Amino acid sequence: MTKPQALLQVQGVSRAFGGLKAVQDVSLSVPEGSLTALIGPNGAGKTTLFALLSGFLKPDTGRVILQGQDITGQAPHLNAKLGMTRTFQIVQPFAAQTVRENIAVGAHLHTASRTQALAMAALVAERVGLADQLDKLASDLTVAGRKRLELARALATQPKLLLLDEVLAGLNPQEIADMIPVVRSIAASGVTVLMIEHVMQAVMSLAEHVWVLAQGQLIAQGSPSEVTRHPQVIEAYLGHGTAARLRQAELSA
Amino acid sequence: MTQLRKDIFSIALFVWTVAAIPFFTHSGVVLNFVMMALFACLIAQAWNVLGGFGGQFSFGHALFFGTGAYFQAIAQLSWGWNPWLAMPAAMVMAALVGAWVGALSFRYGLKGSYFALVTLAFAEVFRIVSLSVPFTGAGVGLMLPLKESVGNMQFGSRSGFVWLILGLVTLALCVTAYLRNSRFGAYLQAVRDNEDAARAVGVNPFHVKTWATVLSGGLMGSAGAFYVQVFQYIDPGIGFGSHTSVEALVGAIVGGLGTLWGPVLGALALHLLADLTRNLFGQMPGINMIIYGVVLIVIVMFLPRGIAGLSTYTPKSWRRND
Amino acid sequence: MFDASILLSALLNGLTTGAVYALIALGLTLIYGVLHIINFAHGASLMMALYGVYALKERWGIDPYVALPLMVPAMFVLGYAMQRIVINRASHGKDENILLVTLGLSIVMENMALLFFKSDTRTIDTAYTLTTVAIGPESAQVMVSLPKLVAFAGALVVSALLIVILQRTDLGRAIRAVAKEKQGARLMGIDVEHVYAMCFGLGLACLGAAACFLLPAYYVNPQVGNGFVLVAFTVVVLGGMGSFAGALLGGLLIGVVESFGGLFLGESLGQVGIFVIFIGVLLLRPEGFFGAKT
Repeated sequence: MTKPQALLQVQGVSRAFGGLKAVQDVSLSVPEGSLTALIGPNGAGKTTLFALLSGFLKPDTGRVILQGQDITGQAPHLNAKLGMTRTFQIVQPFAAQTVRENIAVGAHLHTASRTQALAMAALVAERVGLADQLDKLASDLTVAGRKRLELARALATQPKLLLLDEVLAGLNPQEIADMIPVVRSIAASGVTVLMIEHVMQAVMSLAEHVWVLAQGQLIAQGSPSEVTRHPQVIEAYLGHGTAARLRQAELSA
Repeated sequence: MTQLRKDIFSIALFVWTVAAIPFFTHSGVVLNFVMMALFACLIAQAWNVLGGFGGQFSFGHALFFGTGAYFQAIAQLSWGWNPWLAMPAAMVMAALVGAWVGALSFRYGLKGSYFALVTLAFAEVFRIVSLSVPFTGAGVGLMLPLKESVGNMQFGSRSGFVWLILGLVTLALCVTAYLRNSRFGAYLQAVRDNEDAARAVGVNPFHVKTWATVLSGGLMGSAGAFYVQVFQYIDPGIGFGSHTSVEALVGAIVGGLGTLWGPVLGALALHLLADLTRNLFGQMPGINMIIYGVVLIVIVMFLPRGIAGLSTYTPKSWRRND
Repeated sequence: MFDASILLSALLNGLTTGAVYALIALGLTLIYGVLHIINFAHGASLMMALYGVYALKERWGIDPYVALPLMVPAMFVLGYAMQRIVINRASHGKDENILLVTLGLSIVMENMALLFFKSDTRTIDTAYTLTTVAIGPESAQVMVSLPKLVAFAGALVVSALLIVILQRTDLGRAIRAVAKEKQGARLMGIDVEHVYAMCFGLGLACLGAAACFLLPAYYVNPQVGNGFVLVAFTVVVLGGMGSFAGALLGGLLIGVVESFGGLFLGESLGQVGIFVIFIGVLLLRPEGFFGAKT
């Protein structure tokens, strides 16, 4: 069987801020149609890497290639047009606008018609479970609601590659359990998803492949079970207790 | 009914109602009031395009006003143009200045106070230059000779001017309706509310903000050209002075930023207030502006969404979440 | 083209005016550095101070220099009140609101002055208004007006005082703490609102001093604030928001630029030169020369 095409190729990307090496020589390859994860301790450089991939920051060295096209350092809005959209770790809604209007901004990437964009927004809201809150102000949503809104807005751009930055952060266990199927269905519809996540249960159940970043460097990669057994990952991030619990959960699953 | 249809309907209602006024009264006082009130509406709406919808507060909007006014005067005096030709050209000129200032400021990522400062500086530069250069009449300014005829855009009675300013206000209202019901408008407001989030979903902030400055400048320029036709005079203080900049922004803020009718309401309210104070205290220098300043502070303190925001105001005790 | 004494004269004029610009800018940069707000009311506040000095002289015969101990505390109190009562309350902490409120204040102040004093330009007459002092070597001696020299010295003294306050006193420490980390300072028990207001008061107190130094050599009318505010902003932006060294050096530099600009281009166009610098710095190097890059 032929390997699936790499939708995103990251080659030797580095970025330093003054003396701080935030991202050091990171290379990875995201297969088309996959659901993958990027994990690691806080401050490891995961969000910085997302910023470098999506164009919010320019890498000092290295290349970012999307579907064979070199997009290194290209502005975010151009990357969105090419099919790469990202969400933010701290949600960034258009606070003064309604849920429908928020999502419509994303939908407008593919239509200039206002009525069409608003209609598409309603459809996308359905998919993420916000259909009953379409006319609410974004600022009136709960955290979980805002996370879904962030997701919906990105989805409305009909991305090929979706970069999700901690979409489960700040959610309680029930909300997490509700959100996981949403993410899975997005991936199932053909969108390639790369997610930064701390919620390990989600990573275990969703991700096909995991990269581990620590102190700006890639220290391990592989399937979720491989990675959670990796001694360096356990040392740098998971800790022995969590690693043991995850192994246990795997065995009993 | 879609939002666009609702907007167009309310605009049409407004226009027909106001257009009828000159048929019901020939009182110079009333028509003058209507004309100046509409003028205030126009400049507030122009400011609202960039300030309300775009979130970029310009403190030097007189820059565009003066450009439109001086162009209107110079085109007629120096080049013999017909004022009906000069006015659209003046608007284009003001829009070009908008493009220049906007592109420069946003290319270098100016925001917030810095953008306000830069617009203030540009307005001052234009004022000083127009004060020193003979082309603009230097300190004396420029005067249009009296030649009343419709063809010369100098209507004998106020009615003509009322319809002219109404036409410009209608244009501004249509531009505003466009901002509320188009992709460009959605993108502009997205950039206003969260520039990074907008970029992530495909919006080019520079492009959108610069075009907003162009539209805002053009509309402001039309007000300048109108002023010259009515008062047949322009000088650096009137053209580029801070009075017009302040009136525009206070009207928009008091009325409600980023709304269709906010600037109209706000400008009307301020104009009424100014008229009232003039009747109570007589023609005291500066009293108008003191009122504007106080109203600005009071509105920001108690009613930050302006008069228009009152319709959607929910006191904290009524809100369900939190 | 111009002989040495004219150039030297322009230079000295520029430096003396520049020192006063520096003093004005110091207040502005202090307010920005700590409260992170651009005080649009700064120019109008200076104008009020100038009218204050004027009134003290014309009404009660108090010499401007003698008025220093009156003006400085008065302006301090005004600044404290403005921040605590108006700006803090009205803005709800949002940047764009602060912008509008300080603009509103400047409009009110400027037009109240217009109402009470009319738009005439006023000057005061003191015994030393026209006194000049000879500076420079025999070959290129220039006459510099005494009030301007006093302004120069005074501005430097006040600036030094301000720096001492900030570095050596408890208040200064509190101010620096709040400037660096507001929440942390609050947690340490510092009354942040009070510190903000003190800072604003200090900023306006500088204006009180500047007004006492300025009026003997200058004039006042309701619009004078506008001219000064943009120059002050230029100085602050050039020197770097929040930097004292920047404000001092920037003030002197701008003073000299204005002086030479006026010499070569005539007064109005010389002013345009300053704005062009202002716009240029805002666009190309908004952090100024000494400011921190954000």
